[in-house]
Amino acid sequence: MELINQHTKAIMEGCKARARDAGLNFTDESLEYIVTNRDLIELSPKVMIPTLYDYWVHDVEVLRGKGEYELYPHNPYETVINTRPPISFYNDNNPDWLNVMIFYHVLGHIDFFQNNLYFRHTWEYDFTGQALSDKRVIAKLRAEKGRWVDYILEFARSLDNLVGYHEELSPLFAASGAYCSPRLNYYFDTFLQVEKKLPVGDYLKEVARYNEMLAQNPEDGEQVFFADVSIKYPEMEAHFAKSAGVKREERRDLLRFLGENSEFLARDENAWMKSVLEVVRKTSIFFQPQIRTKIMNEGWASYWHEKLFLVDDRIKGHEVDFARVHAGVTSMPRVGMNPYALGMRLISFLKETADAGKMTYEFQRLLDVEKRKAFDRKTGGGDEFIFRLRSNYCDYLFIKDFVDQDFTDRFDLFVTGKKLDPQRMVWQYYVKSRDAGEYRDMVLASLYHPPFIEVRKERGEEGGLYLVHHFEGKQLVQEYITNVMIGIEFLWGAPVQLETSEAVFEAPRREGGEAAEISWQRVLYTMKDKHLERQVL
Amino acid sequence: MRDPEKYLDELKAQGLTPEREARFREELATVPKGARSIGSGDRGGPFPGFSRSLYAWHDLAALQGEPPVKNPFVAQMKALDELLERDKLREQDGFPRKIRVGRLIKPVKGGKGKIVVVPSTEEEKLVHDPTVRPPGEGGSTGGSGKGEEGEVIGEQKVRETGEDAGSGPGHGEGEAHELDASAYELGRVLTEQFQLPNLKEKGKKRSFTHYIYDLTDRNRGSGQVLDKKATLRRIVETNIALGNLPDMTDLDPTRFLIAPKDKVYRVLSEEKDYEPQALVFFVRDYSGSMAGKVTELVATQHVMIYSWLLFQYAGQVESRFIVHDTEAKEVPDFHTYYNSRVAGGTEVASAYKLVNELVEKENLAADYNIYVFQGTDGDDWDTGGDKALPELAKILSYVSRMGVTIAEHSGTQWTEVARYLENSGLLRDKADLLRLDVMGEDAEEPRVIEGIKKLIS
Repeated sequence: MELINQHTKAIMEGCKARARDAGLNFTDESLEYIVTNRDLIELSPKVMIPTLYDYWVHDVEVLRGKGEYELYPHNPYETVINTRPPISFYNDNNPDWLNVMIFYHVLGHIDFFQNNLYFRHTWEYDFTGQALSDKRVIAKLRAEKGRWVDYILEFARSLDNLVGYHEELSPLFAASGAYCSPRLNYYFDTFLQVEKKLPVGDYLKEVARYNEMLAQNPEDGEQVFFADVSIKYPEMEAHFAKSAGVKREERRDLLRFLGENSEFLARDENAWMKSVLEVVRKTSIFFQPQIRTKIMNEGWASYWHEKLFLVDDRIKGHEVDFARVHAGVTSMPRVGMNPYALGMRLISFLKETADAGKMTYEFQRLLDVEKRKAFDRKTGGGDEFIFRLRSNYCDYLFIKDFVDQDFTDRFDLFVTGKKLDPQRMVWQYYVKSRDAGEYRDMVLASLYHPPFIEVRKERGEEGGLYLVHHFEGKQLVQEYITNVMIGIEFLWGAPVQLETSEAVFEAPRREGGEAAEISWQRVLYTMKDKHLERQVL
Repeated sequence: MRDPEKYLDELKAQGLTPEREARFREELATVPKGARSIGSGDRGGPFPGFSRSLYAWHDLAALQGEPPVKNPFVAQMKALDELLERDKLREQDGFPRKIRVGRLIKPVKGGKGKIVVVPSTEEEKLVHDPTVRPPGEGGSTGGSGKGEEGEVIGEQKVRETGEDAGSGPGHGEGEAHELDASAYELGRVLTEQFQLPNLKEKGKKRSFTHYIYDLTDRNRGSGQVLDKKATLRRIVETNIALGNLPDMTDLDPTRFLIAPKDKVYRVLSEEKDYEPQALVFFVRDYSGSMAGKVTELVATQHVMIYSWLLFQYAGQVESRFIVHDTEAKEVPDFHTYYNSRVAGGTEVASAYKLVNELVEKENLAADYNIYVFQGTDGDDWDTGGDKALPELAKILSYVSRMGVTIAEHSGTQWTEVARYLENSGLLRDKADLLRLDVMGEDAEEPRVIEGIKKLIS
């Protein structure tokens, strides 16, 4: 790995100046490296982070079958990584004009990393630096504990998709005016609802009473309110004092839950395992926003590399070369999904829409197709709109809010289905639907979505751990359950149960040719002493 | 070459159930016109992008044309040993093994006994399974361009829709990026790591070519033992040439001139011992129905047997490779055997017949310990084994062991081949010579090894 030469760096700096003028916003410094094939061999298993910890699985071929991208959400071949300064990787034989295009694309990504709020938690530190210190921790542990470090790494990695990314993010956005005292929170959230089980009407009356008191005594409204409360519920104070000692229990972030609550890990001789868990968890959380903004991120970068390249005065004469590469990257496939193409089209479409003043109630109310087509208030503001998008949206909201019939019709988009023709024994690919709603649902269904697995400690028997998989229409990959649960059992130090749903295929009727239906049943897996049992609930 | 269409008509004339006929037709339909030779198949269907995920796109490939980085495992066989050692320790520590070597092994073109090994593993997580959907439903993805709702824009044959991307056997050329190793090495790993039982020695002599040392070579001028007769002959020749022997009737040995070179000695030398050797026939069905996992299983198992035999017999075992659909042919090396892919009907008897012909023509049974390993999906157009069984009986008259592996397609049970083998009683009567192993197409590596044990124990 070596830095690009001064000539190429000058091109990059030129790109930065032009991108800034166009409104992109990013830090001054950046590092660009030339990578060889050999570098890529080392970098790709480490998701392009040169300082990531070592792990033996990085040295073998990892079979990626079902759910490949659910398993390995971070794309190993990203050109640019979200570090401080951002690092990007290049072939050594790119011509200058191509580098100009790639640099604009990279700057689009950097702008996205540094301004999209889903990346908020990565803004204050350099991940390569943290990864380096983590790598040293793991190397040191390995020197002491040998292969047991790798077991813990393995078990932790098997759970690294079950981390509370959103929980990590939300405190960073707490509105300053929304602060409530712990007493107030306890009273309204727990005491009234959980302990007293107040009917909704009474609960709302109580809220209203509090607001009234606060309005009457802006200074010490809360004190007056609680003075009142302690007359009505004398036990309230005692309960609150007791609850203050109880830590909030983690329910969604299994890795964190194990670190905080496992008695096995709490033992002195096992305390080192917690640092391994934390390394894996932090790494996973770092990568979470990347997978959740794939369409937006690539769309944004493609939108800008096109726009900026075409007005760049340095590349005269390479318009055709550019067109060829650009079309290869951003053309809509006849069948299949291309995040560059989809994201770029949606962003351009939204810019036009906003420029024409269509992001208004007036336009939304319009039903006549012809009138909708002709609608143009020339209000401008498209740029402002897409910059707002770039800061505030992730793939899910981007697709859900903005894929509409105007968009799919404009670009001739449809849902492709695949069905079996049992007479001729062929799979048929067909135009399943041109409805924007169905197109939207299809894209949303293909987005990364880890299973929602909740820790329900109170349901575990004899110190066991009870996990509930909330069913969202897809079952878990069954082959993986055993090994993952062996890991959880080891980290928890006691039996583990997992409640989940599984498909039952109704026996296909021989003659009728009617397609078999799937019904779902709840099952409970119990892992005890490395032995898995399955029980239908 | 026989026309399978006609053959099918003949079969039909003899009486076929409509269900079987439909299946045969379907298998036949996989034959590309005029392409009934060994070649690579296109597995992507009309739209390879159909099952490509959003997340499969990445900048290095899209923008810079960087091909995906190949298997990072570039180290040598020694590293494989270390990995397997680690795996063994896992077992000691009470965790299941994780390294698999059997999944991705395949022979290399050209080099005899060369093989690539890719140790592989999986990282299990609790993730949604995208493949569970009602049968007959193939999922959906995006699309763009013309076409009315409901319009079919492309078709693909059912049996070709393997989920794997083509790293397995039977898909023609693969990319040779993996670890090169000799099959011999793999055999060693297999024998040591999986503790395969050794092949029993059959009644015949041990099929080993080893050397003996004997005074068989001759050398003039110096050596270990003087060969008097040969020496005398040389002396006479020399003297005739010199004109020193004018009268043949009056020989006087004392007047002979003796040159040092005339003395012929016997010297000790290495001699090959021509004991009979082992000869293994690998027979594989490569008909249309074999596409996908089934072929992978069968070929993987055969690579393993092949590697292991190479090790066990120190590279001295000979192998012959036969592929068949409705006709059988011999292919020159394991690489071709492994990668051959064609589509057509199935007639197991054709392969049996070819084995018999080869054995008879080359008189192999006299000199060799013969083993036959056959892999099939159990489908056979030859109902009841009317043709196959007589040929099989013939094979059983000379083989030391015949192992039949049936990799069943999921959903099928009690395949044609299994049925007629069972009914013939041969499995029972000649249990020593004929073994059958039936596994599902989803079988994993340990099951494949289990199968080998069953075939050779």
